[in-house]
Amino acid sequence: MAVQSEPKSDASPTTLRPQGPLTIAAGLEALKDTGLAGAVTLDLSGAGRIDTAGAAAILRLGDRLAAAGGGLTVTGETPAQRRMLDLVAARRFPPEPPARAPDPLRAAVARLGQAVVEGGGTGVALTAFLGQVVATLAATMLRPWRLRLTPLVFHLGEVGLGAVPIVALMSFLIGVVLAYQGATQLRQFGAEVFVVDLIAVSVLRELGILLTAIIVAGRTGAAFTAAIGSMKMREEIDAMRTLGLDPVAVLVLPRVLALLIALPLLGLVANVMGLLGGAVMAWVELGVSPGMFRARLLEGVDISNATVGLIKAPVFALIIGVVGCFEGMRVGGNAESLGRRTSVSVVTAIFLVILADALFSIFFSVVGL
Amino acid sequence: MSEPRDTIIEVRGLRTQFGPQVIHDGLDLDVFRGEVLGIVGGSGTGKSVLLRQITGLLTPAAGTIRAFGTDMGQASEAERRAVERRWGVMFQDGALFSALTVAENVEAPMRVHTDLAPAVRRELAELKVALSGLPRSACDKYPSELSGGMRKRAGLARALALDPEIVFLDEPTAGLDPIGAAAFDDLIGELQAAMGLTVFMVTHDLDSLHAICDRVAVLAEKRVLAQGTMSELARVDHPWMIDYFRGPRARAAGIGAKDGD
Repeated sequence: MAVQSEPKSDASPTTLRPQGPLTIAAGLEALKDTGLAGAVTLDLSGAGRIDTAGAAAILRLGDRLAAAGGGLTVTGETPAQRRMLDLVAARRFPPEPPARAPDPLRAAVARLGQAVVEGGGTGVALTAFLGQVVATLAATMLRPWRLRLTPLVFHLGEVGLGAVPIVALMSFLIGVVLAYQGATQLRQFGAEVFVVDLIAVSVLRELGILLTAIIVAGRTGAAFTAAIGSMKMREEIDAMRTLGLDPVAVLVLPRVLALLIALPLLGLVANVMGLLGGAVMAWVELGVSPGMFRARLLEGVDISNATVGLIKAPVFALIIGVVGCFEGMRVGGNAESLGRRTSVSVVTAIFLVILADALFSIFFSVVGL
Repeated sequence: MSEPRDTIIEVRGLRTQFGPQVIHDGLDLDVFRGEVLGIVGGSGTGKSVLLRQITGLLTPAAGTIRAFGTDMGQASEAERRAVERRWGVMFQDGALFSALTVAENVEAPMRVHTDLAPAVRRELAELKVALSGLPRSACDKYPSELSGGMRKRAGLARALALDPEIVFLDEPTAGLDPIGAAAFDDLIGELQAAMGLTVFMVTHDLDSLHAICDRVAVLAEKRVLAQGTMSELARVDHPWMIDYFRGPRARAAGIGAKDGD
């Protein structure tokens, strides 16, 4: 788009003569501010179609010239061009005063403070939600016939049965890894047979249930958040409330109860498979026969190891279920928030599970278990 | 209408089929530059389907669709893109990208089709938001924070982002209160007049048909049963059209009165 501008002496006005259309697709660079000042005339007689982008560029140029003490005069426009200019001039937002850039240090401190306040608020809300779930659970226990059995069974299948293959495979492999790692170390002392104790204690006390909980948090916690979150997005939760249905009783309780039942069972599966994996590896790698493995297991490892592990399962289940449902309830109106909440749900649940595990360890060592 | 008219969209022999169900069969339709064309028809007559076929979201079973002289069935990717930047589409509920603010939604087509500087893009986006009748504060809101009517306006702002020559509106006034619907009609009429827009509008709203449509095409019996101005259509002797254009709602919209003179 050629622009014929005739810069004369400083005092005399400049004239811009853009040729061709002034639209979002072409010609806008003709109106770029190229150090123009003073009174400028824009002759549109050579210009073609003007769209809103062209009109906005003309008005912007006028604003800038006016701010610098000059002005823009438009001449030679067709009625259509005039209509477009008038429309945009009438409808555009008035120019905004430039926002003051905030002090970076202040902004950082403000962000930190905001994060702390939000974190605290989330903690309070999560605790309140836990209370609500427990209260609903207690109310249901008093009137057990009000428990929704069909969704409970459905979720048991989803949460429990569906997770068996992955949990079994994972813990079998953990057993293999422990046996292999233990074997290389213990062989140096000729104490190969103690690999049984190593595997049994670590799988039964810690790894079996902890890794199961982490898998379930990723698998089931995320599914809870996504399912409840998309219901929230489509206002199904609101619809439930108006029908007098309590979303906690209808949606949350069956899920949390299913987890409470399923997670200890999955932990048991993990324990068995972990020991099995360890036994296989001990046999292959160390020549510890299955019979010897069994004898050593019964003789050297106390049953308390298994109870200490499994006693944690309901707590982990409650954490995963409540966090998953809570984050689902916090989903807002858009798809983005569903994704964000789902990932927050998994991260929070895993973090809280590990935190609880650490607290359990301290507790058990204090009481001497 | 004696002067030759510039045809923007030309649909010939369109056939649409979903499984055994035939929606359109031998449908012909022209959209002329600068007009506001209303598409009406009963539920299931394929009004929205027609819109989706013209905009390339659905492929017809047979027939040709030419937009700005380009046969969309044969067009290369580059030709399609060239056509796409000359039209804007507003979906029923706005279909705004929920992860983007209103201004970012309006900027989205500019990002795809132009290489404008971010500041210019933002300014143009604000202008489009203003043109669609939303307050400045709406620019930085997310679609979920807007009411249904505001979402429609934001959808219109996005449809206008590239200053298209034709906009396709899918039921623009559905779900709006009568005042909001009338305001939306005025807005479309005003923008159409000032920007020289061509408007292709699927609607059920007799008031909008009456207020802003230059021409109305009636879809029935798998084709365009009739087309013309409202008063011409009101005189067509077809049972469905008599019900539609001379029913109680039509009389309330003042179409019957116009028919009388």
